[in-house]
Amino acid sequence: MSEYNWQVFQTAIGQTFFIVSISVVVGGLLGLALGLVLYATRPGNLMANRPVFILLNILVNIVRPIPFVIFLVAIQPLMLASIGTTIGTNAVTFALSLSAAFAVSRIVEQNLVTVNPGVIEAARASGARPISILLTVLVPEALGPLILGYTFIFVAIVDMSAQAGLFGGGGIGDFAITYGSQRYDWPVVYISVAVMIAIVQAGQFLGNYLARKALRR
Amino acid sequence: MPQQSEVHVRLEGVTKTFPSAKRGAPAQEVLRGVDLEIRKGEIFGIIGQSGAGKSTLVRLINGLEKVTSGTLTVGQHTVSGLRESELREVRRDIGMIFQQFNLFRSRTVAGNVAYPLKVAGVPKAERDAKVARLLDFVGLLARAHDHPEQLSGGQQQRVGIARALATDPSLLLADEATSALDPETTQDVLNLLRQVNRELGITIVIITHEMDVIRSIADRVAVIDGGLVIESGSAYDIFNDPKTPEAQRFVGITLRDRPSAETLKRLRANHPGRLVTVRVQDRPGFQTTLSSAFLKRDVGAEIVFGGISELQERPVGSLTFVLNGNDTAIDAALSALREDDFAVEEV
Repeated sequence: MSEYNWQVFQTAIGQTFFIVSISVVVGGLLGLALGLVLYATRPGNLMANRPVFILLNILVNIVRPIPFVIFLVAIQPLMLASIGTTIGTNAVTFALSLSAAFAVSRIVEQNLVTVNPGVIEAARASGARPISILLTVLVPEALGPLILGYTFIFVAIVDMSAQAGLFGGGGIGDFAITYGSQRYDWPVVYISVAVMIAIVQAGQFLGNYLARKALRR
Repeated sequence: MPQQSEVHVRLEGVTKTFPSAKRGAPAQEVLRGVDLEIRKGEIFGIIGQSGAGKSTLVRLINGLEKVTSGTLTVGQHTVSGLRESELREVRRDIGMIFQQFNLFRSRTVAGNVAYPLKVAGVPKAERDAKVARLLDFVGLLARAHDHPEQLSGGQQQRVGIARALATDPSLLLADEATSALDPETTQDVLNLLRQVNRELGITIVIITHEMDVIRSIADRVAVIDGGLVIESGSAYDIFNDPKTPEAQRFVGITLRDRPSAETLKRLRANHPGRLVTVRVQDRPGFQTTLSSAFLKRDVGAEIVFGGISELQERPVGSLTFVLNGNDTAIDAALSALREDDFAVEEV
């Protein structure tokens, strides 16, 4: 690769890290909140609220099947209203955070369901508030599987971040296409792929390690 | 024995109906009008088969389930009328232990015991001291930093008990607390519960399907069947003289003092004569009076089945005799005994 390509590549790696890390954190937190509300409001659960549950459930079901590229286009009015632009790294990060939040919400909800209802009962019998049970009992009890779920989402976000180039968001995926495949410069493609694989491997390794620690295995 | 007769928990016409799981299916009527009085400082046993409604009953007491109709009071609080936020206050005065222990896997032994104190907003230093005292009380101070899965079932239930006692409750609810334990560990845990009752003066409501549990520690008992209390009284009275078939069945399983239908058939085949079962009574010269009633009338009486054991330091059980002799003499002996308040039953 040429000196110039290296510079662009470094910028691209930086962009990918930016997009992925912001999306994981923002999407992760939003998704956690959404997942907790989904879990808690389900009829029969801690804060059972049928209308809220049905509304959120349908919303999540509507958003989740939309392919990310389409989602990026579809939420352009929302993007414009909230961050003032529909292209660039920030715009892509905004869309990716939102999309990830919906995916995360299902992962959170599914993992909370596996927590033994007996411990929730024990916490209620101790006089704990529902919100405190959610945060100090349910989340810690499901932590191991939750970490694995978040790791899965991390990989999916790295995957989706490769589409950032379509909307001027840059990143490694964009670099591989613009500087690699479109110029028949295969080393650029392979080096990009290698870096993506390295990022995914590192994330998966860290996730597995943390999950093992949480599960004490 | 209850120290005072002040009522701690009172149920009046309590019913509980769960809405049907499927649309169109009938609602599930789990409790159909329960009246109960649990006194301060006693160990009150509630026994029934699975599905009798006893687990639901105990969950009504701390408001984990809501009463459908009727009144339920715990101390000064009318639990049946409280909102969830008010119930949380009441629950701090009611400890609860569970069949599957329900410990938090994400916390250490000490962390589990500390949880209710955290919920109650107790400062850390005070919390730590309290946790150490409680773990010492249940004999697990050395395991404070272990996680629940590193402990045996009996030890886990001890942690459960320490956690339930953390906020100094006046009432402890035990939901099948020993059903997941082996017989030896069961006795250990029951002994600990008795210690909790005697030393700390905590009222205990224990739900079980095992009459042995009732026999070991309960002062008074209610037998529940089909969502109703069908019999209640002191543990001794229930064991000594169970009135309903359900109570008789539970007592029979534990005492094994009455011959089963099959044993009876064998006894009849092996012993010509009339078979009678006499309930053991706590009276001076019980056996002397009994045997002389037969001897006097030249009736041969031989014990062929039975058992005597002790409950609350008084004898319980029954003896089955085969009687040989003149029919009129036997009838005379039996009616003389009945007149003397012996519980005699020809089988």
